[in-house]
Amino acid sequence: MANLVEIRWHGRGGQGTKTAALLLADAAFSTGKYIQGFPEYGPERMGAPITAYNRISDERIKIHSNIYEPDYVVVVDETLLATIDVTAGLKENGAIIVNTDKTPEQVTKYLKGYKGKVCTVDARKISEDTLGKYFPNTPMLGAVVKVSGVMDEKEFLEDAKGSFAHKFATKPEVIEGNIKAIERAMQEVHGI
Amino acid sequence: MAIRERLSGNEAMAVAMRQINPDVVAAFPITPSTEIPQYFSQFVSNGEVDTEFVAVESEHSAMSACIGAAAAGARAMTATSANGLALMWEMLYIAASSRLPITMSCVNRALSGPINIHNDHSDSMGARDSGWIQLYSENNQEAYDNLLQALRIGEHEDVMLPVMVCQDGFITSHAVENIELLEDDKVKGFVGEYEPDHYMMNPKEPIGVGPLDLPAYYFEHKRQQAEAIKRSKKVIMDVAKEYEKLTGRSYGYFEEYKLNDAEIAIVIINSTAGTAKTVVDKLRDNGIKAGLLKIRVFRPFPAEEITAALKNVKAIAVMDKAESFSAVGGPLFTEIKAALYGVADGINIINYIYGLGGRDVRSDDIELVYNALLEIQKTGKTGETYRYVGVRE
Amino acid sequence: MRNRPSVKRMTPDISWKDITPGGTIYDAGNAEDFKTGDWRAMKPVWIVEKCTQCMLCPPVCPDTSIPVKDSKRLDYDYDHCKGCGVCVEICPFDAIDFVKEGE
Repeated sequence: MANLVEIRWHGRGGQGTKTAALLLADAAFSTGKYIQGFPEYGPERMGAPITAYNRISDERIKIHSNIYEPDYVVVVDETLLATIDVTAGLKENGAIIVNTDKTPEQVTKYLKGYKGKVCTVDARKISEDTLGKYFPNTPMLGAVVKVSGVMDEKEFLEDAKGSFAHKFATKPEVIEGNIKAIERAMQEVHGI
Repeated sequence: MAIRERLSGNEAMAVAMRQINPDVVAAFPITPSTEIPQYFSQFVSNGEVDTEFVAVESEHSAMSACIGAAAAGARAMTATSANGLALMWEMLYIAASSRLPITMSCVNRALSGPINIHNDHSDSMGARDSGWIQLYSENNQEAYDNLLQALRIGEHEDVMLPVMVCQDGFITSHAVENIELLEDDKVKGFVGEYEPDHYMMNPKEPIGVGPLDLPAYYFEHKRQQAEAIKRSKKVIMDVAKEYEKLTGRSYGYFEEYKLNDAEIAIVIINSTAGTAKTVVDKLRDNGIKAGLLKIRVFRPFPAEEITAALKNVKAIAVMDKAESFSAVGGPLFTEIKAALYGVADGINIINYIYGLGGRDVRSDDIELVYNALLEIQKTGKTGETYRYVGVRE
Repeated sequence: MRNRPSVKRMTPDISWKDITPGGTIYDAGNAEDFKTGDWRAMKPVWIVEKCTQCMLCPPVCPDTSIPVKDSKRLDYDYDHCKGCGVCVEICPFDAIDFVKEGE
């Protein structure tokens, strides 16, 4: 399939991982792509490990299975590195993006010999600076757009503004912070 | 111009219902179809539809309310899944035999137990003999297109039967994908107004619906009902043609994917058909003549047409996402085998039970099935016909 | 489905082609067409001389088989009276006899 990009998200219930996957799908859709955004539903409890997926392509996507050989993996919560085989099936010419204050070199040792690109971004710090709270999903969204190059960064930012205006219609004060979080994550992601 | 959108399968159903603007929607929430009445009730609250939304206390009541509404002359719709569909059971039969064209979104989920909220087809397959027309959908687009067509099929004067539109729970109901929507006015024009010839709220013609039907008459009513579902075959195609003119999207009883010159083929329902198509593409790239037949209309069962489409295939695997505990295979397998009997004998045909209770179906699983077919084609030996894929041995 | 066959046509020899869909009954008030008089084992007999026209009996008849005209009851509608005897029980004046059918 032409230019199919597959992304797997690992997070914990309550961190907005599913929302981030849907926002990425939204943004890619707005740039004219065919998209899929879907979570894998498990116990649905706060803190439980959850997985969400994105497929982004230039053609209608037919496949309807989970993603086993992703191009990119996004780890929204670094404590998952200890318990989940996050790099399972991850393509060597792809990348993993981890939310952590560590460097890519420091994270690599947890990745079971993964030879591809390792990127890190301190989504906690970015989120706390820009939003005053810990919402790691929007910084991670910025990082994955930057690392994967699935869409033009400027176009993505413009679209994100529109999406947030819709999503946060009742609390417009958080829109600017979320956009800043994305911008900073794009600048501060390491290991590209 | 069609509207380019991205919606989950459940959102697509709710949007279609908003565009249809039915008289009555009666529903009770159950995963994974809950979002449909949830989104729809927002449309009701926002005044975007004129629908009377009945928040009932059970699915039995939901179907009962739809039956009452339809008998009164209203266009009635509902949505449900699995155990909810099971709780509707007796009313499903009453809706069909009272010839009331109710439309249902059935978001397929495993019918317990052990309790499971994920996808397979055990719910709607169990309801296959209830007299409802059943349309199945690979993705959000097909679910949307099927729901709009369902009204026209069920409400046609030659049919007058309820229709359920099925899609895979979570896999398509909760996956956001691209979709092309029709404009509201085009939907309105296509579905028209529901104007039954006879209805209870007509003061000029008070009627009685659902009378006691003793042995002197019951059999005749069943024979007549069977005739109605036979006649629905033509209506299904007529409505599809009209829909194609409107949208450019073509529908039949089933979809043939690279089946024309196929030597091996699988027969499959709903979302896994998409995954299987990618496997067919891969096999074709390697020079293997693989094909696929995806069922859209399971009731009525288009036996003749399926036989014609499969008659030149050497080996077929019928994929069932439901057990029927017949000890010989799943429900689709039984139907396909019966259809071929005496008409296209000599084809090696096997059955695979797959994906029960939401077990993810990978491309590898489908490849395994095609490889088994290649082996059968090579050796001419069918071997065990009742097989499983994706279960731990 | 457009035709409106009357319930009178729904005789036990009707074919599936002509029977009404779902058994729907299109003509209201058709109970009159269904003569239930031959269900009767016992028969009420109105004794006109004893009757005071108190009008207690017509409303208790489950089969509307005691016709009323100008505020007065008339003789039984034996085409529909099933011989339940409720009218016999309600009559305070012994103005309704209850006899075996055929006597």
